[in-house]
Amino acid sequence: MLDWLTDPFAGGLMQRALAEVLILAVACGPLGVWVLLYRQSYAAESLSHAMLPGLVIAVLAGAPLLLGAAGGVLAAAAAIALASRDERLGGDAGVAVAIATLFGLGALLALSPDVPARLGELLFGDLLGVTGRDLVEAGILAAAIALALALAHRRLAMSVFDRAAARSLGARPARWELVLLVLLAVCTVAAVRGLGNLLVVALILAPGAAALNLTTRLPAALGLAAALAGLAGVLGLVASYHWEVAAGASVALAAVLVFAVSLLGARPLDMA
Amino acid sequence: MRVEGLSGGCAPGMRVEGLSGGYAPGSDALTGVGFALEAGTIAAVLGPNGGGKTTLFRALLGELPVQRGLVELEGRPAYVPQTDRTRLDFPVSALDVVLMGAYGRTPAWRRIARADRDAARAALDRVGLAAEARRRFGALSGGQRQRILIARALLQDSPLVLLDEPLSGVDAASAARIEQVFEELRAERRVLLVATHDVEQARRWDRVLCVNGEQVAFGPPAETLTTDVLRRTYGPELVVLEGGRRAVAVEHHEH
Repeated sequence: MLDWLTDPFAGGLMQRALAEVLILAVACGPLGVWVLLYRQSYAAESLSHAMLPGLVIAVLAGAPLLLGAAGGVLAAAAAIALASRDERLGGDAGVAVAIATLFGLGALLALSPDVPARLGELLFGDLLGVTGRDLVEAGILAAAIALALALAHRRLAMSVFDRAAARSLGARPARWELVLLVLLAVCTVAAVRGLGNLLVVALILAPGAAALNLTTRLPAALGLAAALAGLAGVLGLVASYHWEVAAGASVALAAVLVFAVSLLGARPLDMA
Repeated sequence: MRVEGLSGGCAPGMRVEGLSGGYAPGSDALTGVGFALEAGTIAAVLGPNGGGKTTLFRALLGELPVQRGLVELEGRPAYVPQTDRTRLDFPVSALDVVLMGAYGRTPAWRRIARADRDAARAALDRVGLAAEARRRFGALSGGQRQRILIARALLQDSPLVLLDEPLSGVDAASAARIEQVFEELRAERRVLLVATHDVEQARRWDRVLCVNGEQVAFGPPAETLTTDVLRRTYGPELVVLEGGRRAVAVEHHEH
């Protein structure tokens, strides 16, 4: 059994893939908890979809994917923030308008005859193609996200728990909502090389949802979410190796499986 | 103009002059508000739903998008919302919620000071919930949650406390404890501004401010809680009982 688990990681490709998912777990897990608490799951999914134009433009321009992803995600974050401020639209409708526009633009660019056949890699990542440089980039971004979440912890908590009193307590909810969206954007950028902009959402949301099912205290949920994201990464890579299926998709499905199992042990929400 | 941090001594705890404002330019939700509250005062804010109580609080908290007039405060007010405005699914204990009262004065990279942790436990004890410190906030009863939010305001240690209907829908034990804390805060020379629909409750406090889109009246309860003023404040929502000696404002809750 132990060999079945360790054999896949004998080679360099799988070792780098493992390092990549463990690095991403440190950022994706805790960030997912906050995204769920802020009820921004839809924004998380939408942001990752909306970065497509930036990725395609990067491919067209021969620029680093990271740069294109950053540009695309920041443009998406700004568009969502702008659209959501229009009270006639409301939050979800604002996101939908912004994302439909950007995804349409991305598809338009992607269908250009000048785009090399790397669109699939953009959408679904390439965990087994991760290089040492990719690991360094992901590591820096993941560390930055973890540090930012630690420093913002109290303000994020005040802003979402009690929005009405947040300002009197010393936090400005709108500012911290924006901070969360920016961190979400950075996390999507960090994960796009390995998981692609469609699959990354699973590693952000599923472990966070599982952790919230299993704990009643915030610090425990944040730590558990990171651990479960790492577990999903390992399980996904092992499954990918033995059953010869796509690594990124396996990790995403493993994350969803972890969430499904967490439902069995979910604590009832004993609200008065 | 809004000023926080007036010096103590003879200065009033709160002074408001010619306050008007709302949520968009050209459509004021509240106009012509002016009053002063000295240290050690409990004032009731009476008014119908949509009459401007929340708008007034948001102005005092510096959150109103459009605001004119003068607001002078002895310090940053602590605000106690209605408990149903908090997130009951949020994974925090009662003690965690009280500790939020110290977040504003604690740098992000520092642990909460031991003195603040001790003060948080003392605040819980003061509202009679020391034994519930580790219970999840959302699992407490409405009255207990309201007391937890008041304990959080105690930890903020502000000279001014704004409370949004803190006694609405709470159990008798919680209501008695909350009123006891109010008296203690008055003795500590703090200013309490309490939004309420309960006319009889307002009668027991020091000042009453009646609003209905504008300031209708301000002064001691004996001068302000007249049938005429209450009719102008509540309009058709007012029910007069016992041959005019007692008035009740009909509460409307949004669902």
